[in-house]
Amino acid sequence: MKSLVLPFNGLPCKGLLFAGFFACLSAMTAPAVNAAGPAAPPQVAMINDSIEQVWRDFSIRPAAEVDDATWCRRVYLDVIGRIPSLEELSEFVSDRDSNKRANLVDRLLNDDRYTEEYANHWSTVWTNLLIGRSGGTDRRDLTNRTGMQKYLRDSFAGNKTYDQMMYELVTAEGSTTPGNANFNGAVNFLVDKVNAEKGTLATSSVSRIFLGQQVQCTQCHNHPFNQWKQQKFWEFNAFFRQTRALRRFVDGTRDIESAELVSQDFAGEANDPEDALVFYELRNGLQKVAYPVFTDGTEIEKSGFVEDVNRREELGRLMLQSEYLDKMIVNRMWSMFLGYGFTRPIDDLGPHNPSSHPELLENLGKEFRANSYDLKKLITWITLSRPYQLASTLSASNEIDDPTIGESPKFSRFYLRQMSAEQLYASMVTASNAQSKGSYEQQEAERRRWLSQFVVAFGNDEGTETTTFNGSIPQALMLFNGDLTKNAISLEAGSFLDQLSQTGRSPKDRVTRLFLSGLARRPTKNEVSIASKLLVARKGNEPEMLQDMWWAILNSNEFIMQH
Amino acid sequence: MDLSTPNGMTRRHFMSHLAGSSAAAAAAWTLGGNIAAQADEMRRNRKSAILLWMGGGPATIDIWDLKPGAPTGGPFRPISTTGNAQICEHMPMVAQQMKHLSVVRSMSTREADHSRGSYYMHTGYVPNPNIEHPSYGSVIAHELIEQRPELEIPPFVSVGGAGAGPGFLGMAWSPFSVTSNGRVRNLKMNLDDQRLLQRMAALNMIESGFAKRTRDTPAAEHAKVLGKTLDLMTSEQMEAFRVEKEPDEVKERYGTDNFGQGCLLARRLVEAGVPFIEVDLGGWDMHNNIHATLKDTKLPNLDRAMSALVEDLAQRELLQDTVVMWMGEFGRTPRINANAGRDHFARAWSCVVGGAGIKGGLAVGETNFDGTAVETEPYSSEDLMTTVCKGLGISTETTFTSNNGRPMKIAGGGKLIRELVA
Repeated sequence: MKSLVLPFNGLPCKGLLFAGFFACLSAMTAPAVNAAGPAAPPQVAMINDSIEQVWRDFSIRPAAEVDDATWCRRVYLDVIGRIPSLEELSEFVSDRDSNKRANLVDRLLNDDRYTEEYANHWSTVWTNLLIGRSGGTDRRDLTNRTGMQKYLRDSFAGNKTYDQMMYELVTAEGSTTPGNANFNGAVNFLVDKVNAEKGTLATSSVSRIFLGQQVQCTQCHNHPFNQWKQQKFWEFNAFFRQTRALRRFVDGTRDIESAELVSQDFAGEANDPEDALVFYELRNGLQKVAYPVFTDGTEIEKSGFVEDVNRREELGRLMLQSEYLDKMIVNRMWSMFLGYGFTRPIDDLGPHNPSSHPELLENLGKEFRANSYDLKKLITWITLSRPYQLASTLSASNEIDDPTIGESPKFSRFYLRQMSAEQLYASMVTASNAQSKGSYEQQEAERRRWLSQFVVAFGNDEGTETTTFNGSIPQALMLFNGDLTKNAISLEAGSFLDQLSQTGRSPKDRVTRLFLSGLARRPTKNEVSIASKLLVARKGNEPEMLQDMWWAILNSNEFIMQH
Repeated sequence: MDLSTPNGMTRRHFMSHLAGSSAAAAAAWTLGGNIAAQADEMRRNRKSAILLWMGGGPATIDIWDLKPGAPTGGPFRPISTTGNAQICEHMPMVAQQMKHLSVVRSMSTREADHSRGSYYMHTGYVPNPNIEHPSYGSVIAHELIEQRPELEIPPFVSVGGAGAGPGFLGMAWSPFSVTSNGRVRNLKMNLDDQRLLQRMAALNMIESGFAKRTRDTPAAEHAKVLGKTLDLMTSEQMEAFRVEKEPDEVKERYGTDNFGQGCLLARRLVEAGVPFIEVDLGGWDMHNNIHATLKDTKLPNLDRAMSALVEDLAQRELLQDTVVMWMGEFGRTPRINANAGRDHFARAWSCVVGGAGIKGGLAVGETNFDGTAVETEPYSSEDLMTTVCKGLGISTETTFTSNNGRPMKIAGGGKLIRELVA
């Protein structure tokens, strides 16, 4: 950036020169250092080998390695759910250590100052996965969203192993609501899925989320193209038939105060608890019988007495032994970091749905199991792997690697994807220093109000829902004109822009800081020049010019996309 | 007519600033087409479609194709209508409008899972993880947009639901979702238009730079959506969403519930020139206690709103250019289950369609005595939509190229339902 003639030059300087800060800016244009660094764990090499093999098979040359600043933004978003602050970005970029990327991942995962954000981010992800974006938001729901989040936050903050978390979620008993004597937040996963329709929703959710088995169609008929049969659906369902959700109402109303998930003796549909069977109907009306049998054919005792056998605990134990448990979670985690999983959809595994990298999927699952289901290790392997270091550019040499046109993903570039609504919210808060107003509960209530505007529920019993936070007009309107943006670009005393106005040596420096804060890069020559035009249009009122530029940055594709 | 935009700035005012602004030269967005002088001529011929979407899968055997006397028949009696078809006794107001609508009783499809069925009935294709098909709403909006160069609001509006996506047509054709009261969030900008334009110029520069660097589609799609958003923010046509401005007696005729107001909003949007509107009424997934629920809540609600919409469109001479469709993702089993409910059933069920070039008053196709099978030629989602396209004057030979280069015929290349079109 040399000798640009700017109207900025005539304006008085504010604040001091940030020597260290500007030193790091020049580093940003330098080629990136070795991605994973010398200390990468062996699983990283295993991933790289499998991925590179596919590149060779398809004669693909991968995209160049991404620069440090963009990578830093990427990894913050994926690991703790927000973009880095300007200070965090410069700390990383000016780091000269050849292990800096590994060190950053380690910091985000293990440094106390990030524990809370790490736990909040993954709690958000898993809350949406387990109870949807609308679960527990209606006053008639048994689910207590806060209880679900509390369980997950505590689990992620303590780095509970994944197998244990799954077992707890599947077998939990107790009260949904924090503060109650027998509170157990894990019950919120199943509490609204067991009472209606013989627990069919519990059946399809547990098998899909944890085992990647899509069974919802087989409730009524044999699946047309996978190996699941109607019989298997009801055998899996039989594991949930001792489970009941009991309601507790607020005195004198129909509002749910709390609910309790319990295991009760199940008499079976033929009223013989020693032989507690369930009936289901074939399409032709013929009645068939099912007992609890796991997907691999393992049977358990037929008694419905909890004292003899706790069916959900048996299910939990059988799931712990399933290789699908391992495959499902590594496929899920991979897709969260790389944009696509090894199968499409990610939660439909089996011979009927071939994977893009079958060996890698299997080996990664085995490694994860061998490493005690430590999610932080899995995150480390993925974020240090070569595909995660690549730039997001499509070029002639990797043109065929385009999953949007139906090709299987080759991971030869970083696929662009939009942030989630939750990531955007957290990033806007970070980028505008707007955090820490009010207690955790108040902030969470505010966040939920904001998020609820994008949730649309479908009118069916499976609780399916969708989001209008999908790049369409309502989202654009929100970012143009919504309160979140208004707060972010506020010029009030103490606001982000107010503070920024008092730093740096020139308007151009301050514009540069804006771009780094929002986009993790310096402005281009053209962008600097439009900023100078805006300054003229604002009659030299620099805070107003910064406000215009900040608005433009926050509304840009480059801001909203993970890249 | 007083048509002030919500923020008090008129579009013409905005356009004049655009012309005079130097910073605006950098803005690549075209702010709508020319205000067409031949708008009246256009308006006379322009077609629209309204889809009444019954999420959850309605029991068409209890509504449009009753089987009195059969063991599967349920308690409801058929009544005569102003058309040939007899329908459920709990739909007396719709019965008065049946001269305008035809029932297709020989729908036979294969998807009996909610999300798969919904995808199929909205697109004419079964879900395929490798390609996203555009929904009929996006396709019809795309095909009819040329009839209305003056349209500044989104051409595909989804009321009270999410609508189905634009697939490979791109985000610019995605449904604009609003609640049934027509309230659009975050519409006010509270900024003078000159300054907004200057901000847009800066934004455009950042956008195009990023799209150029990554060369990837999502980056470019974003810019199109921003252009449409700007159009909408500055448009007087947003008035169409203000359903609260309707007289009380009209609101009451439609019903003051969400679906009633949604149907009323749909009529206003048709008047404003929106080519495709979907109005959602969920809650049809009745595995338990189906007949009481239908009789006491669902059917009265549907009867009032749907009859009001058809009657109103006819009285305003809009029905001759507007297709009205009624469907869900599938029907429900003739067999009544142990919980007095009906389960998912796609093999034999009914849809309803009428308006524009579609003949009303007919009952097309037949199911057998207990409703378990179609006895005449079976029709699919593709067939129904091909017929709707014909009724809207869209060539059934229209072909799209999907993003992986495959040619795809409009409405999945279905066959015409001959009885319904001249």
